[in-house]
Amino acid sequence: MTASAPSPVLEPAETVSDLSARRGHSPANRLQHLLHRRPALSPLAVLLIAVVIFSLVNARFYSAVNLSLVAQQSAVVGSLAVGQTLIVLTAGIDLSIGAIMVLASFLAANLVFTDNVSVPLALLAATVVAVAAQAVNGLLVTRVKLPPFIVTLGTFNVFTALTLIYAKGQTITLNTGSGLLWTGQSFLIGNFRVTYGVVLMVVLYLVVAYALRCTAWGRHLYATGDDPEAARLAGIDTKRVLLSAYLVAGLVIAVSAWILCGRVGGADPNSGLNANLESITAVVIGGTSLFGGRGSLVGSLLGALIVQVFDNGLALAGVDPNYQVLAVGVLVILAVSVDQWIRKVKA
Amino acid sequence: MKFHQAPRTLLALAAVSAVAFGATACGSAAGSSGSSSSSSEVGVALILKTLSNPYFVTMEQDAKAAAAKDGVSLTVAAGTSDGDTQTQISAIDDAISRGDKGILITTNGNAVNAALNQAKQAGLYVIALDTAPTPASIADITYATDNTAAGKLDGEAAAATLGGKKAVIAMLDLYNTQVVSVDIDRDHGFLQGMGINPGSTTENSQEAKSGSYTGGAGGSYQIACQQPTQGAIDGGRTAMEDCLSANPSINVVYAINEPAAEGAYAALQAAGKTSSVKVYAIDGSCTGMQDVASGEFAADAVQYPGKMASLGVDSIAKLAKGGSKPSVSSGLDFYDTGTALVTASPVSGVSTETVAQGKAGCWGSTN
Repeated sequence: MTASAPSPVLEPAETVSDLSARRGHSPANRLQHLLHRRPALSPLAVLLIAVVIFSLVNARFYSAVNLSLVAQQSAVVGSLAVGQTLIVLTAGIDLSIGAIMVLASFLAANLVFTDNVSVPLALLAATVVAVAAQAVNGLLVTRVKLPPFIVTLGTFNVFTALTLIYAKGQTITLNTGSGLLWTGQSFLIGNFRVTYGVVLMVVLYLVVAYALRCTAWGRHLYATGDDPEAARLAGIDTKRVLLSAYLVAGLVIAVSAWILCGRVGGADPNSGLNANLESITAVVIGGTSLFGGRGSLVGSLLGALIVQVFDNGLALAGVDPNYQVLAVGVLVILAVSVDQWIRKVKA
Repeated sequence: MKFHQAPRTLLALAAVSAVAFGATACGSAAGSSGSSSSSSEVGVALILKTLSNPYFVTMEQDAKAAAAKDGVSLTVAAGTSDGDTQTQISAIDDAISRGDKGILITTNGNAVNAALNQAKQAGLYVIALDTAPTPASIADITYATDNTAAGKLDGEAAAATLGGKKAVIAMLDLYNTQVVSVDIDRDHGFLQGMGINPGSTTENSQEAKSGSYTGGAGGSYQIACQQPTQGAIDGGRTAMEDCLSANPSINVVYAINEPAAEGAYAALQAAGKTSSVKVYAIDGSCTGMQDVASGEFAADAVQYPGKMASLGVDSIAKLAKGGSKPSVSSGLDFYDTGTALVTASPVSGVSTETVAQGKAGCWGSTN
C-alpha cells in the first residue's frame, strides 16, 4: 500500500460496492449510503413487510377486492402528497393543503349542483381558487419572508373558515352520472377494481416525477431546498422557484379535490379534515427530508399506501382502532429517525 | 435580513396583522346581532357553536319564533367556528351587561365555564342545549336528546327486522382519538336495543364479539368490526369498506350519524350489497328523511334541535315572569327533548313514525 490516503472517489471500472469495500465500510454504512442514494427503498421495504404480515394475520387482506379498496382509499391523500412533497422539498411545509382541497371540492360541487355550471367550468373555477390560495401562501413565504409553517398555519384557519361559511354545513350529493364523480367510477383489471381517481393519481405522480427528474425546474427545486444560498449564488432565482412550488401544488390540489368529489359522491365540508396532517405523514414516512433538498416523489406514494395498509390491516385484524393511531405515530418517528441516520452519511 | 429591509418587512407584517384583526373583528361583530332589550322586556341570549351548520341554524329560527310568541327580546350570537370559545365568552359578557334574564348556549369548549359561572352569579339562568357542558353543573339545566334512547330505537328496529336471523353487525363509531358522550351513548343504546350487553358504561368496543341477542325474535350475533368514522362521509365509506373486507356477510350497520351512514351506503353500493345490508342512522335532518324514503337508511332516529331552543326560550320567559324553574326528565340528569324513529314502513314491536311525519319535524333544508 502506498503512504497516501486511498482515493475517495470511484476509480475507473470500480463499482460503488467495491468503493465501499475499499474504504472499509461496515454493512450498516453501506446500507446508509444505499438509502442516501435511493431514498424510496426504506418505505418500499416497510410496505412489503407490512403487506406480508397483514396477509398472514388475515388472508382476506391479500384478496384482490381488499387491495383494490386500499388503493382507492389512498387516492385522495396520495395525490395531495404530491403537492406536499414539492413544498417539503423546498424545506417548507404546507399545513393548509387539505383545507384548500376541501374548499375547492366544495366549490366545484356547489357550482354544478346549485348554479348549474358545466363540470369543466366548475373544475376550472376550483383550479383557479386552489392556485390563488397557494399563491397567497407562496407570496407570504417569498415576499414577506414568513416561515412556511406559520404562514400555512394561519391560512389553514382562513380556508377552513371560508369553506364553513360557503358550505353552511350542507353536504352535496350529485347525480351518479355527473362528470365530477367520474373519479369515483371504476373498471376491472383482472380481479382488481380500479377507479379513475387512482388512475389520475398515478398519472399525476408520473408527470410530476418526470418534471422533478428531467427538467431544469426540478433540478432547481432540489437545489433551492438543499441549500438556498448556494442555489442563489449558482444563479437560480430561488424566490421564483419557491413560488412555483406552491403554484404547482395548487394545480395538484385541484386534482385531489376532484378525486375527493368522486370518493364522497359530491362534497362534504367535514370530509378530508385530516388531510393536512395525513399528507405530511405520507411525505415523511416516504422518506422525503423535512430539511429539504432530498427525497423522491414515489416515496410519498409509498408513504400514503403504508398508512392505508396499516389502517386497513389493523381493521381486518380486529385490533382496537386506537392502535391504528398509535401505529401511524410510531411509523412517523421511525421514518424521521431513519432520515436523520441517512443524513449523517460520511464520505 | 439586511437592515434597510427590516422596516419594509415590518410594514408588511403590520398590514397583514391589521387585516387579520379587522377580519376577526368583522367576523365576531357579524356573529352577534340582535335588538337592544327595553327594560320591560325579558332578554334572552342564544349563543350557538356556529351559524354554518344547519343544525344550529334551525335552533336560531325556532328560538326567534318562540321569542316573538313569548314577547322575549332575543339576542343571537355564535362562534366563527366549531371550537371558537372567545366569541362565546364575549357574548356571555354582553348578556350580563344587557341585564338578560337567561342564556341558552351550545358550548364550544370548557373555556366558557368561568364566564357562565359569572352569569349565574349575576342572576342569569343558564340552559345548555344539545350537549351538557363539562362538568354538567356549569349549566342550571341541559336540554338535549337522549342519545341512548335514540340508539336504542335503532337497535330495536334492527332486531325486529332480523326476525331471528343471525346478526353480523358493523359498528361505525365517531372517534378513536377522543371519548365523547354522544359516541358512547348512541353505540351502547343500539346494543341495548338489540339486547346485547355493551360490556362497559364508559367505553365502546367492550361488548362480547359474539353471542346471542334478545331483541326481536332473538338469535345469535357477531360483531364483525368496530371502526371510527369521524362522523363524515369519507370516514364512513372507508370504515364500511374495511368492515366488508373483514367480513363480507355483514347484514346490520350501526352508524353514529347521517354522514357516516351515507358513506357506508356508498361503500355498500360499490360492493353491490345494498339489498342484503340494513343501515341504521341517527340525526333526523330533512335529507336524512329522503334517504329513509329511498331505502338508503333502514331507519333514522331523529333529534329536535329547534325544540331544544324554543323550549329554552319558553322556560326563561316563564321563569322571568315568576314561574317555576324547569326540571330534568325523570330518571335522567337532563331535560329530554325527545326522539322518534322514522322508517319507510312500520316495524312490529317498535314505535315508529312515517317519513311524512319525520319530514314535518325534520331540521335543515333538503338538497
